[in-house]
Amino acid sequence: MRNRTARSILLGVAAPVGALVFAALVCALILAVTGHSVGDVVDAMSTAAQRPRTLVNSVNSATVYYLAAVAVAIGFRMKLFNIGVDGQYRLAAMLSAALAGAAFMDSVPSVLRIAMTVVAAMLVGAAWAGLAALLKVTRGVSEVISTIMLNSIATYLVSYLLNPARLAVTTAGSNNIGTRKITEGGQVAGFEVSGSSTKVFGLVLLAVVVGFLYWFVLSRTRFGFELKATGLSESAAVASGVSVKKMVVISMLLSGAVAGLVGMPQLLGSSYTYSLDFPPGLGFVGIAVALLGRNHPIGMMVASLLWGFLDNAANSLDISGVPREIVLIMQGVIVLSVVVAYELVRRYRVRAEQQAVGSALGRTKPLEEVSA
Amino acid sequence: MSTEPPAGAAPAVHLTAITKRFPGVVANSDVNISVRAGTVHALVGENGAGKSTLMKILYGMQQPDEGTIAVNGKPVSFGSPADAIRAGIGMVHQHFMLADNLTVLENVVLGSEPRKGVGLDFAAAHARIKEISDSYGLGVDPDRLVDDLGVGERQRVEILKVLYRGARTLILDEPTAVLVPQEVDELFGNLRDLKAEGLTILFISHKLDEVLSVADDITVMRRGTTVASVSPEDVTARKLAELMVGSALPVPELRESTVTDEAVLSVEGLTLVGADGRTVLNDISFTIHAGEVLGIAGVEGNGQAELVETLMGIRSPTSGTITLSGKDITNESTRHRREAGVGYIPEDRHRQGVLLEATLWENRILGHQTRKPNVRGPLLDRRGAKADTERIVVEYDVRTPGIDVNAAALSGGNQQKLIVGREMSGAPILLIASHPTRGVDVGAQAAIWEHIRRARADHLAVLLISADLDELIGMSDTLSVILRGRLVADHDPATVTPEQLGSAMTGAGRED
Repeated sequence: MRNRTARSILLGVAAPVGALVFAALVCALILAVTGHSVGDVVDAMSTAAQRPRTLVNSVNSATVYYLAAVAVAIGFRMKLFNIGVDGQYRLAAMLSAALAGAAFMDSVPSVLRIAMTVVAAMLVGAAWAGLAALLKVTRGVSEVISTIMLNSIATYLVSYLLNPARLAVTTAGSNNIGTRKITEGGQVAGFEVSGSSTKVFGLVLLAVVVGFLYWFVLSRTRFGFELKATGLSESAAVASGVSVKKMVVISMLLSGAVAGLVGMPQLLGSSYTYSLDFPPGLGFVGIAVALLGRNHPIGMMVASLLWGFLDNAANSLDISGVPREIVLIMQGVIVLSVVVAYELVRRYRVRAEQQAVGSALGRTKPLEEVSA
Repeated sequence: MSTEPPAGAAPAVHLTAITKRFPGVVANSDVNISVRAGTVHALVGENGAGKSTLMKILYGMQQPDEGTIAVNGKPVSFGSPADAIRAGIGMVHQHFMLADNLTVLENVVLGSEPRKGVGLDFAAAHARIKEISDSYGLGVDPDRLVDDLGVGERQRVEILKVLYRGARTLILDEPTAVLVPQEVDELFGNLRDLKAEGLTILFISHKLDEVLSVADDITVMRRGTTVASVSPEDVTARKLAELMVGSALPVPELRESTVTDEAVLSVEGLTLVGADGRTVLNDISFTIHAGEVLGIAGVEGNGQAELVETLMGIRSPTSGTITLSGKDITNESTRHRREAGVGYIPEDRHRQGVLLEATLWENRILGHQTRKPNVRGPLLDRRGAKADTERIVVEYDVRTPGIDVNAAALSGGNQQKLIVGREMSGAPILLIASHPTRGVDVGAQAAIWEHIRRARADHLAVLLISADLDELIGMSDTLSVILRGRLVADHDPATVTPEQLGSAMTGAGRED
């Protein structure tokens, strides 16, 4: 049994590592064809990996990506595709930033103020995702379509609300606009790292807690079991007394709530305001990271760190004259090849296990034993 | 076309010393079969005896590690089914591979379309199909939509598909599993016609009476090898079965009646109208008492699946009531019904019974995820579930090296034993069993019957739905026939014969 576990871990690692190696080869090929030196890129990347500031930024990016990935993964576990994490976090970040920055909040005790901000973001995210869930269970609308459309609606809603006439103020000395700046009592302090001018987000701990809860709920609770069962076979779940509609609503709300958290580390740890330059597109990174990390709490952690590092190392490439887009190519190839690799490994695993069971049971024996 | 092979001609198919190993398993070892041209040759054996592997080798889907294949005396080697088809070997699979929304013609030509220039020559294909259908008496109309065809007709389309590709040797994989007795007779009529036209048929089955009635030669496989070649005149069904299992054969029968007068399940006027407006269940009423097995016979697709799903709360009835132990459960959820003591063995275990890509102990929790020993409050009790899975594995003889393997790694029969064990846990008061022994080997079948008998003696009420008429007659205290969504007749299992039941199932009995 222990051998089997060891092998299954090995197989689990084989696919993403294989995909990474494959993606690296494809990138090397592209670099060679376009007349860039592969060596330069490797140099630039390894220099970046030794720079504390790049590492801190990578961890900060990873924190955000991880939250987005968990939000996506909650849906993925029951074959529900929440493509709307992007809209959910932007709307949640904007509204909670407006709340946290509001003047009356200045007098609220710090811990309570931060908690209120975070909870507000979760509620907004859940509500926005809940719209898609409602459409799915009452009208049978595919959540893929509705969440994509809700992303666009969120974009327009945010730009409508982010207006000096409504929730925004103009930033002094620039033509940027954003919500009123969150004063110090509403901010979350970061961790200092020597040699780096930027700090590690304090809310990196939030990502760890979310990761733990994700693991615990999915693998240790009845709800998690029903979620997994629904994902593996909806018909079997129904026959087992699982209400699939209820599961759709609950998991979509949970997914949205976690999506609401995505903007928090940036908002409370660095921006302190939701302005026009608040990072967009994190929800889509979350999808890639969840795929690469196989919806696994640790796997997604590794994947988000890798993604964060690639993003931040891209800056160093520009300096050495290599187009930073090579990182985008690499990320794209990783996602594509990892999907293929996982499916290959899955098939191999099913077959290998059937054979292992067959040999353990000796279901069919050589002729001598049969005729004996 | 109708050249009778001369006596003493080379065998149509000759397999010599075929051995196929998978890592750790020998699926076939030293298999020898000689199929005379122009005969029906039956290959019998339990599930897992190696029949399918052998057929896959003969059909080019797998390559043997050792041994030789000769077709009409010439040694051949098949790299793929295309090679086998070129050599005149065709296979009719147990599960039909037809596109419902295409016509018979389109289905038949699919993959070997007759070309004329760049276009398709449907007229030629039409004529060819008509000609094949007429010369072998298949009675297939090329222009009908497959969706409109019955099971027997679909099977004939499958046969036609293979003949269209020029097969002279047909492999039929458990062709009668989906047919009622009358359709089986028709199929056998077709097989005799094919044989008369000089074709060779290799017939895989574990229904021994059928094998004896249609085969010219019989080869028995057990544990991966051929253990006997017999002629149907020399053996009885019982003798064949004993050759298959290597020991004596179980019989489905109940001992003394244990029926009490305590009604467990009462169904009153149950009607279900489908989404398309068709009435699938029409005014169904019955009562099952504690200690009683009610058998329901019927051709598949006459409302059995819908009846079971309505009883389980997966579908909501249009009208009528369902009462469990005096309590109206018509509007209760599936979960409440299960918690109230309803066990469920679904007809399609992969669709409703197991999670293939989950471990055995996780499958133990499935459907029982609100009850001990699987949960403690909202948390899973992994230790409790695992311990109880170990118990089921022992008590129900589930052949597995451990409870941490995925259900997909087990054979169908062992998956079924796990399901039966799970559904019998927690002292159910009602068991809804759809085809509880379908696709299960003889040994497992006997074990499942014994578990049902024992639970019945303990006052379990059972609704038994099966396509195996011997099982229905042998295991039921009361028998009803379902036809087009209605319970049309009651029979006394002590006196009814499978033939009478078969007539009632097709509605023939009523028109007589």
